[in-house]
Amino acid sequence: MTNFKRGFLAILALIAVAAISPVSAQQQPPANNDAVLLEQLKAPVQGRVSIPDAKSGTLIQPQGREWREMREGPLKSVGGWLLVLVVLALAAFMALRGRIKVDHGMSGRTIERFNGVERFAHWLVASCFIVLGLSGLNLTFGLSIVRPIVGPEAFASLTQAGKIAHNYLSFPFCLGVLLMAAMWIRHNIFNAVDAEWFAQGGGLLKKDVHPPAGKFNGGQKVLFWLVVLGSVALAVSGYMLMFPFYFTDIAGMQLSQLVHAIAGILLVAVILAHIYIGSIGMEGAFDAMGSGQVDVNWAKEHHSLWVKEQLGGKAAADD
Amino acid sequence: MARMKFLCDSERCIECNACVTACKNEHEVPWGINRRRVVTLNDGQKGERSISMACMHCEDAPCMAVCPVDCFYKTEEGVVLHSKDLCIGCGYCFYACPFGAPQYPKVGNFGSRGKMDKCTFCAGGPEADNSKEEYAKYGANRLAEGKLPLCAEMCSTKALLAGDGDVIASIYKERVSRRGYGSGAWGWSTAYKGGLGA
Repeated sequence: MTNFKRGFLAILALIAVAAISPVSAQQQPPANNDAVLLEQLKAPVQGRVSIPDAKSGTLIQPQGREWREMREGPLKSVGGWLLVLVVLALAAFMALRGRIKVDHGMSGRTIERFNGVERFAHWLVASCFIVLGLSGLNLTFGLSIVRPIVGPEAFASLTQAGKIAHNYLSFPFCLGVLLMAAMWIRHNIFNAVDAEWFAQGGGLLKKDVHPPAGKFNGGQKVLFWLVVLGSVALAVSGYMLMFPFYFTDIAGMQLSQLVHAIAGILLVAVILAHIYIGSIGMEGAFDAMGSGQVDVNWAKEHHSLWVKEQLGGKAAADD
Repeated sequence: MARMKFLCDSERCIECNACVTACKNEHEVPWGINRRRVVTLNDGQKGERSISMACMHCEDAPCMAVCPVDCFYKTEEGVVLHSKDLCIGCGYCFYACPFGAPQYPKVGNFGSRGKMDKCTFCAGGPEADNSKEEYAKYGANRLAEGKLPLCAEMCSTKALLAGDGDVIASIYKERVSRRGYGSGAWGWSTAYKGGLGA
């Protein structure tokens, strides 16, 4: 009898719970005020839709706010000031150090530094990078710099053309970087010679200081790796943006945009310094990528080990 | 002047998708573009809710803030509109929008986006009101004709309300106080300062 009694009580309890619960469910719906809603809104609100566009099942994605704050805040302010500072620093360097001359004067004899394929890869990447960089900077800073000058319609056409160019030129750019990486990676492994090069400040700061270097000196090796790794970051994030939602969701798209913009600004800053030292900053440097033939005295001062390797005993005899 | 807003009472929405269909038909929205959609939360479970969502015409609109060509503008009635002549289809407004409102036709190569399309609160675009050009780009301009958005007008359960924000908020608050519950005005705390309380 006690078992029956217990069972009966259990059934009564079940009925009571069943009778009460719909009422309590009605009185306490999932969220009945804005405070609760706000609490829920720290993560995306995900549901189901009956239209084919599955990503529209995200009802609310609050992280867009953080993406907006990053883009309108640090990306524009820190990124913009970084580029201004790099230009100022280069101007200050030019004012203090002047053009770095070949200390022993031009010899009149030349030696081949980069062959046709090497120069082709370099200028392929360089010409693409100029358009990619300018169109990218325009997308971030053009609104406050270019638009007030040319007006809204011309600025929109320009930016539209920039977007198309940016998309298409990404392919030859990547091809060129791959070529450069394949040809030069074996010359860009860091070694003890580079430690000495860095210890002497690359010989950039003082006259008549020329630390030894191979085909590429320590600074050029740093540049090589920044370009290669930066390009990988730009390519991965860029193709995510170019093929929106093919590989990732909204959070991935936002992250890709930020990675792309930050890597882009950093690489532009690095390349500004590269352009300076490879053109007006140093006598004889441009020839390396211009004609491919550099003056032997220039080569001896900046790439002594490489010259020895190229000329063999002849260079030693000359000294 | 009235400040226009949408409000979806999720206690009433029955996921019939009439608002979606009405919108597509009224504006002849192309394939693959949905200015309005109905999202069902907790589908098939306790606490299932359906919410009809489109552009909420935010007070501090994120799309406007991030647009690299500044193609957005806001009407006196608080409706957020844009110019398809200026838009370059970069997709940034979609990354910023909390409601997934901006839509892009797929044109050209890759995943390349065409000019953005979104809910106009049935208020057209920068062209002359109810001109052919305006209709082709943005759809009907019902506001210029003294009418409210068709999605809300078509809603059989009056779950979706559109109009003066103060009026629709008071209608919703009255409903909540009569029936004793309500799951809040979805998106209001995100789109407007002060949410429903304001």
